[in-house]
Amino acid sequence: MSSTDTKPSTAVLDHDKVADQASTYVAQFERNETPIQRFKKFLHHYPIAAPLIVLLLAVISFSVIVGDRFLHPFNLSLILQQVTIIGVIGVAQTLIILTAGIDLSVGAIMVLTSVVMGRMAVNHGIDPSLSILIGIGVGALAGFINGLLITRLKIPPFIATLGSWNVFFALNLWYSKSETIRSQDISNIAPLLQWTGQTIDFFGARLTYGSLLMLGIFFLIWYALNWTAWGRHVYATGDDPEAAKLAGIRTNRILMSVYVLAGVVCAIGAWVLIGRIGSVSPQAGTMTNLDSITAVVIGGCSLFGGRGSIYGTLIGALVVGVFRNGLALAGVDVLWQEFTVGILIISAVAIDQWIRRGTA
Amino acid sequence: MTAHYDKTPVLQTKNLVKRYGSVTAIDHADFELYPGEILAVIGDNGAGKSSLIKALSGALIPDEGEILLDGKPVHFASPMEARALGIETVYQNLAVSPALNIADNLYLGRELRKPGILGSVFRMLDKKEMERRAQAKMTELGLMTIQNISQAVESLSGGQRQGVAVARSALFGSKVVIMDEPTAALGVKESRRVLNLIKEVRDRGLPIILISHNMPHVFEVADRIHIHRLGKRAAIVTPQSHSMSDAVAIMTGAMDVKTSNEAA
Ligand SMILES: Nc1ncnc2c1ncn2[C@@H]1O[C@H](COP(=O)(O)OP(=O)(O)OP(=O)(O)O)[C@@H](O)[C@H]1O
Ligand SMILES: [Mg+2]
Repeated sequence: MSSTDTKPSTAVLDHDKVADQASTYVAQFERNETPIQRFKKFLHHYPIAAPLIVLLLAVISFSVIVGDRFLHPFNLSLILQQVTIIGVIGVAQTLIILTAGIDLSVGAIMVLTSVVMGRMAVNHGIDPSLSILIGIGVGALAGFINGLLITRLKIPPFIATLGSWNVFFALNLWYSKSETIRSQDISNIAPLLQWTGQTIDFFGARLTYGSLLMLGIFFLIWYALNWTAWGRHVYATGDDPEAAKLAGIRTNRILMSVYVLAGVVCAIGAWVLIGRIGSVSPQAGTMTNLDSITAVVIGGCSLFGGRGSIYGTLIGALVVGVFRNGLALAGVDVLWQEFTVGILIISAVAIDQWIRRGTA
Repeated sequence: MTAHYDKTPVLQTKNLVKRYGSVTAIDHADFELYPGEILAVIGDNGAGKSSLIKALSGALIPDEGEILLDGKPVHFASPMEARALGIETVYQNLAVSPALNIADNLYLGRELRKPGILGSVFRMLDKKEMERRAQAKMTELGLMTIQNISQAVESLSGGQRQGVAVARSALFGSKVVIMDEPTAALGVKESRRVLNLIKEVRDRGLPIILISHNMPHVFEVADRIHIHRLGKRAAIVTPQSHSMSDAVAIMTGAMDVKTSNEAA
């Protein structure tokens, strides 16, 4: 406060005047960067590069280790089918992680809605397309409940969805009576439910409708995130919620919309899941939670929110799919597959932290 | 001076109160901003300046009292409502989203959409136009030498970020511009630019509320100075009637208002 003692109150400080004539030259520094620093900068500048490199390395390694079986067209389409589910659920997870949240209930929502779709169509004889819509409605409701817990009751997303995961999974066991709906019954009564598993020739490659559906979802969400005001608001909410509020964004509404949308996407994932395994099982897709988070994190999304891209998740899902498939082909125990996915997720976050440090 | 003190205040509060638990941040505060003036608000840390302007900008809902815009009572439920009426604010903590780029930040919360069906049905953002206008505004204000309008705000220096926040208020303010310590993080040169900008905005006819701890800056640009103490107005002085040390004395309670008025 010493400057306030100056006598003449209207004085303009001399150094302020000088500043007017100051040159606009911006200081520049000579930089001698090591190759590692340059690589780090490159990764920071192109966040998609790291997951691409990992994917490339994984494909090369497994081709060498496993041999021809890995690159066999049949196996590649198998990988794609696996990736399809991780990818769809990964989209839901990306939306939530962008808002600095996390959703541990995505897998449970998917299984619950698949059971709803299956029982509606097969046991209650409701029209299959209506059954799918009801399933999507249940997914939206599940997301809405998560959103309420987080925005109204102010429960941290981790805890809220940890709780709802168990609740949804228990409901799933109760509603399904822990019984599997047989593939045969579904194809007799409601073949539409298995439509996502049918394959078509797509320029020589055999793709399922589920994979195309997944690509469609990726495109839609990519568009919404990058080309609409809603998308900017999702990023802003995850980045700095207080700043977003002051900028006039209703952050609670954005969060609600994100959780509901994630629920809807999970329900579409359920449809894809039925196509993939043919039957409806209340025990299916138990690894989807961890896999979806891994895909998102490998894809370069920050768990602190506001940073990341949806196509990163697509590559992340491919990485997870390739690892699971390659390890299985190499005869590695499921136990060690889990181990490897665990290592993957930790490395991805560690590399992310390393890239951010010192380059921001 | 282009201010008109005989007219209705543009923005006014009567008996405004805001409590945070046992803390009374605004304690029956009166406040008037007249057309065309730069009104500086000074006060010690925790005096309640930020709380007062948050009430004026809709970021905080007062417990008691009235806010009048052009003499008519208003109730802002959110910053959006205040902005819709032309009250634009640069908050002390800047309120920018670091991961978004400069153009996104300038237009955050009121994005432009493409004309035609792309905008109305597909809700497509008009990124080109937003970037063009953002670029034009930043250049016009001469606030900074930014290489790229689409670079993330987190890659800017503190002063440049402040420039983004100031540019946003100048771009959209149509009634009142409120700035909470806009020069706090700025170097000498950048402070000067912001001060010139403040005068420019005033000369275009917009009244400005300027909160600052920098007495030379306050005494240079302000038409009137509102001294805030313990949650309410302690005095109104002008740079002509009082010296900086008088203002500081009132602010800290070392001089009480009666004696200061006699000194005037
Ligand atoms: N969100 C809040 N919760 C609780 N108390 C608050 C909150 N915001 C402000 N206060 C209290 O209200 C009082 C006034 O704070 P305010 O931020 O308005 O002061 P200020 O005059 O802007 O100070 P500064 O010069 O440091 O910016 C302080 O005692 C502060 O602790
Ligand atoms: Mg303050």
